[in-house]
Amino acid sequence: MTKEKIKIYYTKNQLSRPITYELVKKFDVMFNILHADINYGSEGNLITEISGQDKNVRDALKYLNEVGIVYKKYNKFIIRDEEECIDCGACTAVCPSGALTMNKQDELQFDKEKCLVCELCIKACPIGVIDVEL
Amino acid sequence: MKTIAEINDKIKKGKAVVVTAEEVISIVKEKGLKKAAAEIDVVTTGTFGPMCSSGAFINTGHSNPPIKMQNVTLNDVPAYAGLAAVDIFIGAAELSSTQGMQYGGGHVIEDFIAGKDIKLYARSHGTDCYPRKEILTTINKYNVNQAYMYNPRNAYQNYPAAINSTNKTIYTYMGTLLPKYGNITYSTAGELSPLINDPYYRTIGIGTKIFLGGAIGYVSWQGTQHNPSQKRGENGVPTSLAGTIAVTGDLKDMSTRYVKGARYHNYGVSLFVGIGIPIPILDEEMLKYTTISNKDIYTPLVDKSGNETYDVSYNYEQLRSGSVEFKGKQVLTAPLSSLPRAREIANTLKDWIQHSNFTLSEAVTPLPREDKIHKLEIREMK
Ligand code: SF4
Ligand code: SF4
Repeated sequence: MTKEKIKIYYTKNQLSRPITYELVKKFDVMFNILHADINYGSEGNLITEISGQDKNVRDALKYLNEVGIVYKKYNKFIIRDEEECIDCGACTAVCPSGALTMNKQDELQFDKEKCLVCELCIKACPIGVIDVEL
Repeated sequence: MKTIAEINDKIKKGKAVVVTAEEVISIVKEKGLKKAAAEIDVVTTGTFGPMCSSGAFINTGHSNPPIKMQNVTLNDVPAYAGLAAVDIFIGAAELSSTQGMQYGGGHVIEDFIAGKDIKLYARSHGTDCYPRKEILTTINKYNVNQAYMYNPRNAYQNYPAAINSTNKTIYTYMGTLLPKYGNITYSTAGELSPLINDPYYRTIGIGTKIFLGGAIGYVSWQGTQHNPSQKRGENGVPTSLAGTIAVTGDLKDMSTRYVKGARYHNYGVSLFVGIGIPIPILDEEMLKYTTISNKDIYTPLVDKSGNETYDVSYNYEQLRSGSVEFKGKQVLTAPLSSLPRAREIANTLKDWIQHSNFTLSEAVTPLPREDKIHKLEIREMK
């Protein structure tokens, strides 16, 4: 099993193409859509996790190349220094995906799965404890 | 009825009953005011939030030959030296002249408390008694004379929540505010907050001994912009900006866990200050004040772009839920002040008192209970 996080860029005329459905059918991969930003009639992007057998995921990504759909693999991750974090919550103000939230104990909770690596939280943290890891 | 002297007797014997301002809520619900007031001696409060109006006085000692310091910088952050020769004041919100908003007075204070060396640079016009014209050296908390925090305005009794009505992201001391009502930020310790638990300043006054930055400190004066005449709810709690305190304490005894430099993107720097104040439970009335809970503390919403005004208030239970309704939509809410750390402060103070390491002080004189806030007018010299 392997899991990749990718951002798919759609151009105007690709929008109507049910690309995730095609990939599921052809390669037996699974999608976990994290964020979709599609303006109908123009273009858009989709951030998703794609998982399945190693070979299937590889083939699915190759297929995207073949049909001319541009995507970018996420090779960066957001990391937070938990020791230094003061649980102020300032970063949750800017997080578009709900990856950063305050839990019932009023502590910061970071859900890596939901993170889009938009990096907005890095600058919003007053203590400077969030960073990207390559 | 209890007096502070009686409570202190119990503290010294290790017999005082101390609870935090959160714990007291359910205790009183269970036991009733009368019974709980007889049992509980002290309620501890706490807050840990960004407080720009903070700073520290440092006396560096004299060099040989001596200098009357002017144009002082500490780690390249300008400090004020318009005092006697080697007395300087470093303000928390001052920016570094080399690193801009990445580092500032708040960080100098944190580094000082951490025991790090701080680069001191000063110039002078030179006088007959202070001939030296320039000095470059390092100071730290072990080689200076006095170093004490003096914060002109801390522990705001209540603070409005912030939103942004414009089409652009704005960067403020209330954090990053997203366009078109994209989020709301708020800063409070709510039911744990010191002045909320003594809304009319019955026990908190000038001279009150407090927890400041991990050490013992004192309320030294009313805070700047202290506004006790603010509108209040039936429970006595102000419904917007109200009381403030000036506080002081020995920087050398403080801990970086409770004093932390902060930077707000595209706004500047500030300082997180940890404050905890014990409330003596003199009678049922005092206990009743401390049972205030988040759902009964309201704060107004303010457009930080300054374009719109609203007649909207939320209570802290709503704000803490993660979203509130505004203009018919759910808007994300985010805190700026740390509740886990505020809770830790209230618990630390509780622990100190329970172990007889901290006794209560009678206020020397009360904070003003009436006062009004002036606006700055643009006017000619008369
Ligand atoms: S990078 Fe930060 S702000 Fe962006 S989605 Fe991830 S956690 Fe949220
Ligand atoms: S803004 Fe920084 S310090 Fe505050 S909760 Fe987020 S990660 Fe922690």
